[in-house]
Amino acid sequence: MAVDSPVAVRGRKGRPKARAARMSRGDRIAVTLMVAVPTLLVLGLVWVPGILSVVLSFTRWEGIGGVDTIEWIGTENYTNIFTIYPPFEPAVTHNLIWLVVLFLVPTPLGVLLAVLLDKELKGGRFYQSAFFIPIVLSLALVGFMWQLIYSRDQGLINDITGGTTDWYGDQDVNLWAVLVATCWKQTGYVMLLYLAGLKAVDPSLREASAIDGASETQTFFRVVFPVMRPINVIVLVITFIEALRAFEIVWVVNKGRNGLELISTLVTNNIVGEASRIGFGSALATIMLAILSVFVVMYLRIALREEPR
Amino acid sequence: MPKPKTEAHYLASLTPPSVAAGVGRRGFLKGAAGAGALLAVPSLLSACGSDDEAGTGGGGGKPTGTVSFGSNEAGGDVPQMRRDALVAAYQKSSGLKVKTNAVDHNTFQENINNYLQGNADDVFSWFAGYRMQFFAERGLIGDVSDVWPIDGIGEAFRNAATGSDGKQYFVPDSNYPWVVVYRKSLWEERGYTPPTTMDEMVTLSKQMQSDGLTPLAFADKQGWPAMGTFDILNMRINGYDFHVNLMAGEEAWDSAEVKAVFDSWRELLPYHQPDALGRDWEEAAQSLVANESGMYYLGLFAFEQFPEDEREDVDFFNFPEIDSTIGADAIDAPIDGYCMSADPDNEEGAKDFLAYIASPEAAAAMNDAGYPLIWANSQADLSGLQPIQQKAGEFIASQASIAQFLDRDTRPDFASTVMIPSIQEFIKNPDDVDGLTRKIEEQKKSIFV
Repeated sequence: MAVDSPVAVRGRKGRPKARAARMSRGDRIAVTLMVAVPTLLVLGLVWVPGILSVVLSFTRWEGIGGVDTIEWIGTENYTNIFTIYPPFEPAVTHNLIWLVVLFLVPTPLGVLLAVLLDKELKGGRFYQSAFFIPIVLSLALVGFMWQLIYSRDQGLINDITGGTTDWYGDQDVNLWAVLVATCWKQTGYVMLLYLAGLKAVDPSLREASAIDGASETQTFFRVVFPVMRPINVIVLVITFIEALRAFEIVWVVNKGRNGLELISTLVTNNIVGEASRIGFGSALATIMLAILSVFVVMYLRIALREEPR
Repeated sequence: MPKPKTEAHYLASLTPPSVAAGVGRRGFLKGAAGAGALLAVPSLLSACGSDDEAGTGGGGGKPTGTVSFGSNEAGGDVPQMRRDALVAAYQKSSGLKVKTNAVDHNTFQENINNYLQGNADDVFSWFAGYRMQFFAERGLIGDVSDVWPIDGIGEAFRNAATGSDGKQYFVPDSNYPWVVVYRKSLWEERGYTPPTTMDEMVTLSKQMQSDGLTPLAFADKQGWPAMGTFDILNMRINGYDFHVNLMAGEEAWDSAEVKAVFDSWRELLPYHQPDALGRDWEEAAQSLVANESGMYYLGLFAFEQFPEDEREDVDFFNFPEIDSTIGADAIDAPIDGYCMSADPDNEEGAKDFLAYIASPEAAAAMNDAGYPLIWANSQADLSGLQPIQQKAGEFIASQASIAQFLDRDTRPDFASTVMIPSIQEFIKNPDDVDGLTRKIEEQKKSIFV
């Protein structure tokens, strides 16, 4: 449905039709292929598995054997998730905390760093690489590096401070410890995007606002920042996505258990491992999809409403 | 059981229905051309110089060609050295080629479902007991009954290798006990002696605390190590039969018996190393190596963490008795071994390799690696082993009942999605045993259906 609608909208406007008449046969084949192939890929790789996973969420299945071994159990998986599955509630909470923290810490920090680096300070290249390196590393490696820092008995922090804080094991602190590592990575990402955005801002805009007597802060917030709207939207989307699909780093730490539960790790724990509770895991994935949809719809409404201006 | 005359004959009579689909094809191939020649095709294609392999094929049933071998040991440590020694010795003695496909231990285990349903290797590492039966029942593991009986492998191992349909799906190569490990020199210096009852254990723990030691090293970041403590307390308090039934889902987790286990564990927790949820078992074992902890209840593999020249200083004792009417003659001693995939490319080769794995010759080849495991084959030459390995072998033999381990004795989905979080929850918050056991039972009912 949602995939078809853009095509339908274009058809109604009539303009593409007129253009199609002018197209040669070869062009038409090329356009058809260019539309059909991605559509098929999206349908086959996103929509079909997505819908199947919603369907599977109403079943009990070990993932072994054919379709005939799938047992329909209605909404039992959902009932169980909400009533007798203790890790679910913390997982939702942690995902939300993750989202809030990603908005509050790495995003402003990334903007700040980008603005500073954009000033072409001495050694700016060096700082730029230093802040950017964490993004190049896989989160799995990041998790391991921070393990060396956080380990209770052999870690750097406790070695230096002589403390005995169990950074990864104590569930009062482990989520925050992991978030520090995540922000460390995310900041560089946001910084890079804004840096690219700042370089693209027309210098005459700054000059104009300077001539008009605006201070640097005013210039940034009233002129430069609004001009970077596409970047702002991208960062917004990335933050949502990163927060809700957060996975690797907690998986490396302890497979998303003991204070580090996230919906994504619950899905994986139930489906991927030896456990193979396909139905139950699919129900969790469906819930994750539903939560994600709320944010996607919110985002689309904002993006589409402001588009005409 | 007598060895059937031909492979096709054997398969026709014995293969479980779910793998029967593959039989027709294999039977046909066998009848049409002779398996030997066909199996040799890959080697003919790959190297013209190795014709000798093809030449040994034919109707005589002598295996040829290449056996693919999925191993769950990678990373250059002792278990991998041991596996390499095994493969080298087998290739030398049989003339077959073994193509090893090694994957890290945990990854292997987590991917087992996909692995077995996909293109599984002919022979692969796996565990005895429920973990094997679960997959055998679903037709994902090949029947290897005609490798059995194996000279020198006793009845207990045979039972552990048998699926719920009475056929064998597994060949054991070794096992190891879960015991309390300690450092001899430290204990001699401090005058500690191994406790035989829980009261003595508590007294000793208090003594160690006043001597500035952590009595029991403890770690559960990985989720499975603390399962061992649950197992042994349950077997000591409620006995082996209750434990087995509980694992099979036939007893209630919110029963008074299970609550008693958690209650008694709670009383012991003050003697455990704190903050266990942030620690790997390797790190916990290091505290034993460094003489910061007095003892560690773990599989004998804890011994690996000691530097090579200090391993003679490691000793162990049986987990003490709690209830004198129950005694202390049941332990966890997981059996490691190998299975054949349900649809192997080289079935004869796979069975030949499996038979070799369980032989004393294979044990001899692996002795040099010094891994603290005990060979399943009683005829294996133990003279090359370290004293602690010999002691462990005698210790296992002296036990009346042997369990495999919580995550090998119960449904894998229950163990990983319910028991790991629940035990971690208990370690974090040991005071709400009623709530904890109620939640376990509710979840158990939703899984054991």
